[in-house]
Amino acid sequence: MVNTMNKKTKSVLSVAVILLFLILVYLGDTVIPAGSNWKMLITVIEKGSIYALVAASMNLLNGFTGLFSLGQAGFMLIGAYTYAIFTIPAASHDAVYQYFEGGVIKWSLVEMLEGSLGVFGHYLGMLIPMLGAGLIVAVIAFLIGIPVLRLKSDYLAIATLGFAEILRAFFQWNTLGPVTNGSNVLRKYTTYGNAIFPVLIAGICIAIIVLLINSTYGRAFRAIRDDEIAAEAMGINLFKHKEISFVISSFFAGISGALLAMFQTTINATPFNTVMTYEILLIVVIGGIGSITGSVIGAFLFTAASEWWLRGLDAGRWLGISATFMRPGFRKVVFAVLIMLIVLFYSRGIMGDKEFSWESFLGWCKNLPANLKAWPEKRKAKAAAKREAKEAKAAAKARAKEAAESNAARMASGEALFTPLEVSDTVMVFDKEGK
Amino acid sequence: MLQTWLPYILAGIAVGGQYALIAIGYTMVYGILRLINFAHGDVFMWSGLIMVYLITVLPLWASVILVIIFAIILGTTIEKVAYRPLRSAPRMSIMISAIGVSYLLQNFALYITGGLTKTYPAINFLQKTVKIGSATTKMVTLITPILTIVLVVLLVMLIKYTKIGMAMRAVSRDFETSSLMGIDINRVITVTFVIGCALAAIGSVLYFSNYTGINPMSGAMPGLKAFVAAVFGGIGSVPGAVVGAFVIGVCENLIKGAGWTTFSDAFTFVLLIVILMVKPTGLFGEKNIDKV
Amino acid sequence: MKKILVLALSLVLAMLALAGCGGGSGSGGGGDTVKIGVFEPASGDNGAGGKQEILGMEYANEMTPTVTIGDKEYNVELVKVDNESDNSKAVTAAQNLVSQNVSVVLGSYGSGVSIAAADVFADAGMPAIGVSCTNPQVTADCEQYFRICFLDPFQGTVLANYAWESGCKKAYCLSKLGDDYSVGLVNYFVEAFKELGGEVVEEQFPDKNSDFTSYVANAKNKGCDVFFAPVSTEAAALIIDQAEAQALGMPILAGDTWDSNVITDAAKGKNVDITVTTFYQEGGNPEFDEGIKEWMENNSTAMTNNGGNTDLAAVTALGYDAYFVALEALKAAGSTDPADVLAALPSLKVSGLVCGDVSFNETGDANKTEAFVKHCNTESGAWEFVKTQSAE
Repeated sequence: MVNTMNKKTKSVLSVAVILLFLILVYLGDTVIPAGSNWKMLITVIEKGSIYALVAASMNLLNGFTGLFSLGQAGFMLIGAYTYAIFTIPAASHDAVYQYFEGGVIKWSLVEMLEGSLGVFGHYLGMLIPMLGAGLIVAVIAFLIGIPVLRLKSDYLAIATLGFAEILRAFFQWNTLGPVTNGSNVLRKYTTYGNAIFPVLIAGICIAIIVLLINSTYGRAFRAIRDDEIAAEAMGINLFKHKEISFVISSFFAGISGALLAMFQTTINATPFNTVMTYEILLIVVIGGIGSITGSVIGAFLFTAASEWWLRGLDAGRWLGISATFMRPGFRKVVFAVLIMLIVLFYSRGIMGDKEFSWESFLGWCKNLPANLKAWPEKRKAKAAAKREAKEAKAAAKARAKEAAESNAARMASGEALFTPLEVSDTVMVFDKEGK
Repeated sequence: MLQTWLPYILAGIAVGGQYALIAIGYTMVYGILRLINFAHGDVFMWSGLIMVYLITVLPLWASVILVIIFAIILGTTIEKVAYRPLRSAPRMSIMISAIGVSYLLQNFALYITGGLTKTYPAINFLQKTVKIGSATTKMVTLITPILTIVLVVLLVMLIKYTKIGMAMRAVSRDFETSSLMGIDINRVITVTFVIGCALAAIGSVLYFSNYTGINPMSGAMPGLKAFVAAVFGGIGSVPGAVVGAFVIGVCENLIKGAGWTTFSDAFTFVLLIVILMVKPTGLFGEKNIDKV
Repeated sequence: MKKILVLALSLVLAMLALAGCGGGSGSGGGGDTVKIGVFEPASGDNGAGGKQEILGMEYANEMTPTVTIGDKEYNVELVKVDNESDNSKAVTAAQNLVSQNVSVVLGSYGSGVSIAAADVFADAGMPAIGVSCTNPQVTADCEQYFRICFLDPFQGTVLANYAWESGCKKAYCLSKLGDDYSVGLVNYFVEAFKELGGEVVEEQFPDKNSDFTSYVANAKNKGCDVFFAPVSTEAAALIIDQAEAQALGMPILAGDTWDSNVITDAAKGKNVDITVTTFYQEGGNPEFDEGIKEWMENNSTAMTNNGGNTDLAAVTALGYDAYFVALEALKAAGSTDPADVLAALPSLKVSGLVCGDVSFNETGDANKTEAFVKHCNTESGAWEFVKTQSAE
């Protein structure tokens, strides 16, 4: 809006920033010693990027297609298990599947490919099960989608949530133990060595999501979100597009599940519960429903705040303040209150439905000092406007009350039988849903 | 045969009655606001928690009354603070707000209890052991279904024969028109929350007298199951929710009795999905037509 | 406008928080302090047990707040993180400890979180001393993990022997889905019990379940004569309650987690028969018993964390021991560097502890050959010592 840039400069800038970030992450993970406080930053970037991917995938569904689905944790669960099962080294099978005689799958894809292709095979062996995780999740989502996607918004939410819970029970079923290790943890599978791996994979996946959103499909998704009936009238096949969105979203949820498995180094079905889905949903809300940039920012903020910055609140010492009321659990209360404040007062989240662009970023930077300067004034003006609105509301209420009283009096005297009642001021106006 | 299954059926009926009392809150709120009140299960949990603290200073009867009042205040406050400002917002925002409230209530309970499970105070009358045929069980198992049915009959009469009941039916049928007809929507919604939360509080006394541990997550699973019960019975229908709750309670216990313990919770959701596929309006629900 | 505000706020928050973190480590990083990480659950399923375990460490820290390493006296600071009894939070919690530059880590209560965190400790070369995590997988493939308690294969065999010797032929075994501790212990129990010629019925309950009516009914219907349920104390209280309500009529048997005042409180005045195996025999060391009880009485937070009274849990005694094992390891290492501590641990021998002497075998597990069997006196609500039982 302020100064226009040509496309080339923008691409160069973006590529430069992304490269710089990747290099910093790579160096950060190799250089920073384990005992340093900054190591936590790397951990947050790893987990944040994984959550960014799953939040983006949920946003594709909730924010761009208007399908309120709460099945993300279940899909991540499948992804995580699929990846883990196929990459446990052969030698570790007896130890991992200790109650199931070493399990049924006795080989690891990573080792097989590593044997024939070396380092390249090692990574290929990680990428194939990861893609496989995504594909299996996509297939399962496709099947679940056939019945579920015909449901309306909140029924859809509760049905997907139900499916996630069923999946969780299924994966813990003792009979499937030789494959899933029953309710015991899966561990020892191949994980990444450097934090750059999840960042890179998540980045590529998010880029694909962005491309999809900007394609004709993306426009169809948004049309469905804004008005299903109108979209259908314009010739968009509702079910087909919903199914596409659902399957693609689940595919990426599966990949992020695989990444999460690598991050955690052990996998167990229990934590993939509704609370996890709610957390992802809250990330989407904090970032802004309908903004991928928002989801990414939200994921990093959420992870950093909950895992790192606010931990001091549990220990009784934070920002140099110590207080006895800061005991375990306080962190989560503060966090939940912050989220509630965002939901109620900044319901558009950090980015609203806008995406990052260099123009608006530079414009924002340029205007920042002026905005900051103008801030007290603006606040005053806002407060005044608020007061005015309040007064006007009170006045309207008083008027309405008066009218109601006079109506009642006239009703009592029988007059109203013949003359129409005065229209009162408090008629509510309802916005159309989904706006 | 019956000898073997009797304990499961009894347990199922008891827990079904307790689900029913929670489910009514869900079904009424959904009927009027079209909102899955995710925080309802946590109001239920908080009622139990407050009882633990109240009983240390007050006699039993006073605690029970205060617990009910507390639940009502909590429920209506949630409605005022978290749902009312968003009423004209898209449906997704208000549902997210409900999830946020649920998250907050759970975490606040976590902070207050310090993550420890609290033991529910012993109400001797309810926890007395009784023998029925081959089964031994707690008194509460017998009282729950009776009390539930009495309360439901009272509620149905309230909805059918009083003015506020009529207003509720009108609002649930058509929100906008009834507001145009001069019905005070806010009052109707408040009353709905009052009834729902009071029943949840009574349910909490019964439920936690039977299963005496309360932790911050205690409300989540009963809440979800109660919601499924409401969907099963046809959302918006009070008798439907009650029937649904009993069905879920009994089936769940029979499944455990049959040895499928891993899937006792999953079953509830299987039932949900089946009912949504086969008859999305539930057993007693009315058909809803989308209008442009 | 709002966007700017939120961004500005979050930036400020970020900077302040960073400053706060930096400040925290600055004050702790002084030359005379050695940090011991405490990796325990303070919430979630194992919150109660984790807190009791921390109590032992806190008491020990209060008794012996300094340690002489080399020729220098250091103050010992306990750095606690909450792993929320959740495998997915355990990794970041562990990373948090590592990044705060601790010398050695203690914990955790609950095996799952320890298994999950093992790789983080391994990557960082951080020695960890398991306190009451009894699943063999904790130390099996992790050179950095040691532990001072006995293991599930041992405990399971002990319990099976005890059950068999008391004349039980058919056991009902209940574990929790996704809980490594109970699933593992049940598994070893079943193995040993079948070997002795017994019969078993195995069942699992899902997460967040609080309705144990049907499980108790199942045990009765299947004609079992012992109810083995080595689950978390949260579930235990509910099981005891249902056992009383339905007149279970068979002894309940459990592992070390049940040695807690949560159980005695729940069982008090009820018609139930509970026997557990455990690490510590209350009254085995009167000096320690009295000392810690007095300390709890004068410390209301400690009292609350212990569940409102001063009855000792075995894990508290173990926590106390763990602290001293850590101090001895630091002394033997002669430095606060985790690598030196790690090198000193395998050959470490510590005596004078309340739960018996500790030395480690080649996998890093303590050499323990006996467990204490205790029975719950439901009239007084206290544990009574029955006997010591070995695996043979």
